[in-house]
Amino acid sequence: MNWYSGLNLIAQGLRGHRGWEPAWRSATPKPRYDVIIVGGGGHGLATAYYLARNHGVTNVAVIEKGWIGGGNSGRNTTVIRSNYYYRESADLYEFSLKLYERLARELNYNIMFSQRGMIVTAHSRHDMELSARWAGAMRRNGVDTDMLDVSEIADRVPALNVSPRARFPVVGGFVQKRAGTARHDAVVWGYARAASALGVDIVEGCEVKGFVRSPSGSVVGIETSMGRIVADKVGMAVAGHSSVLAGMAGFRLPVTSYALQAFVSEPLKPALDTVVLSLATGMYISQSDKGGLVIGGGLDRYSSYAQRGNAPVIRDVVGSVAEQFPPFRRVRLLRHWAGIVDVVPDSSPVIGETPVPGLYLNCGWGTGGFKAIPVGGWTLAHHIATGTPHPVARPFQLERFKTGALIDEAAASGIAH
Amino acid sequence: MLLITCPWCGPRDEIEFRWGGESHIRRPTLQSSPQDEEWADYLFYRKNPKGLHRERWVHEAGCGQWFNIARDTVSHEIVEVYRMGEAHGQAERGKRP
Repeated sequence: MNWYSGLNLIAQGLRGHRGWEPAWRSATPKPRYDVIIVGGGGHGLATAYYLARNHGVTNVAVIEKGWIGGGNSGRNTTVIRSNYYYRESADLYEFSLKLYERLARELNYNIMFSQRGMIVTAHSRHDMELSARWAGAMRRNGVDTDMLDVSEIADRVPALNVSPRARFPVVGGFVQKRAGTARHDAVVWGYARAASALGVDIVEGCEVKGFVRSPSGSVVGIETSMGRIVADKVGMAVAGHSSVLAGMAGFRLPVTSYALQAFVSEPLKPALDTVVLSLATGMYISQSDKGGLVIGGGLDRYSSYAQRGNAPVIRDVVGSVAEQFPPFRRVRLLRHWAGIVDVVPDSSPVIGETPVPGLYLNCGWGTGGFKAIPVGGWTLAHHIATGTPHPVARPFQLERFKTGALIDEAAASGIAH
Repeated sequence: MLLITCPWCGPRDEIEFRWGGESHIRRPTLQSSPQDEEWADYLFYRKNPKGLHRERWVHEAGCGQWFNIARDTVSHEIVEVYRMGEAHGQAERGKRP
């Protein structure tokens, strides 16, 4: 593996850049592994990486139906934040944010994590009360945040229409300064490269067709389009397709799959140097390093496995941008797409065991899985390697839907879940 | 864009409707003294199929009536519409009503 550094870049440049190797080995599956991870997105690759790095389990394969970074990992809006309401969520997402803060150095891969802050704007007295309650909860959970008044928001986001005569007048808000954005492709490529260097096999273009079961019923491998692969343990991190895979293993999940749309505009000169989420419209926006405005909003409100969005949501989201950011009204969209997200009733993830022995699960991140890639991988790797939940993932077991110990972020925090 | 045929009002734009999730879910009867598993299954667990899905919709901005639709979750093709309490047909993926 090439080490990425300024010196190496110059050295390679002098040799015409002919010495670079592929970032990860393209593997064909061996007949047997200690652990197989189904799903080569961020969460699956991070799980494989931390299995190897934290637990010394290197006989691992990541099985991906399409290609690395071709699913939700390449379809999200790249926001990283930990502004959640409940302590359990704050511990989980803060753990993730802290891993992100040192991820580029650890992976030797520039993930372009830019802690440009995220501002949540309030548009009514009720929004302000919600914001104060939300910010207060964050502080209680040890996550730093500041309330903002209108003039502070206007200074920070000049393009935002804060006028009292606006359709959505801004009355205040709050900011998490350590939130930000990262290059989503770089996160998956970085994890794939680092995992591959530790001996993990990354198999692309290999679809799982079913599970191999022992006489006692536990999962001891997978049937794939490339044949049978045996393993001691199997983990799955397949987001919107979790119910499909669970169906192959004979159980159901509390998951509904929806399409979540995102949009990117033509490149502009720097115009927006933070992330903004409006409580009035649920629209959120940031500007990428290439200059494109990256825009998201709410879900398409019916279940879907089609990776394309519907027209009413496009109208709502684009209408919100035009209304709230007048300078962006005549900006043209360059691309628009949808990813299939796995929404659970309490909008909190599931990380841990399934009803079938030998099969482990990472799902339920819904609309917010990108920010949680490091912690999702770290905690699932811990559970697979040690057989017990990681402390920060303990509240996020599938069992909670039976015991009733839900962590209801959907109702608590007003975020666009 | 979906064109949904309300059983009472006829074909209308999808923005007039709201999706209500999986149809034909049976609430546990108290006589059967349901256990936590049964309640969890009823409240939270769903088929969430990739393919034909029988689901409830309400014509929120129209007549306000709930009804059932069989829809393909990949192509979004609506293959059957039927009223609450009506027996549904043998709709299969890819076949038109």
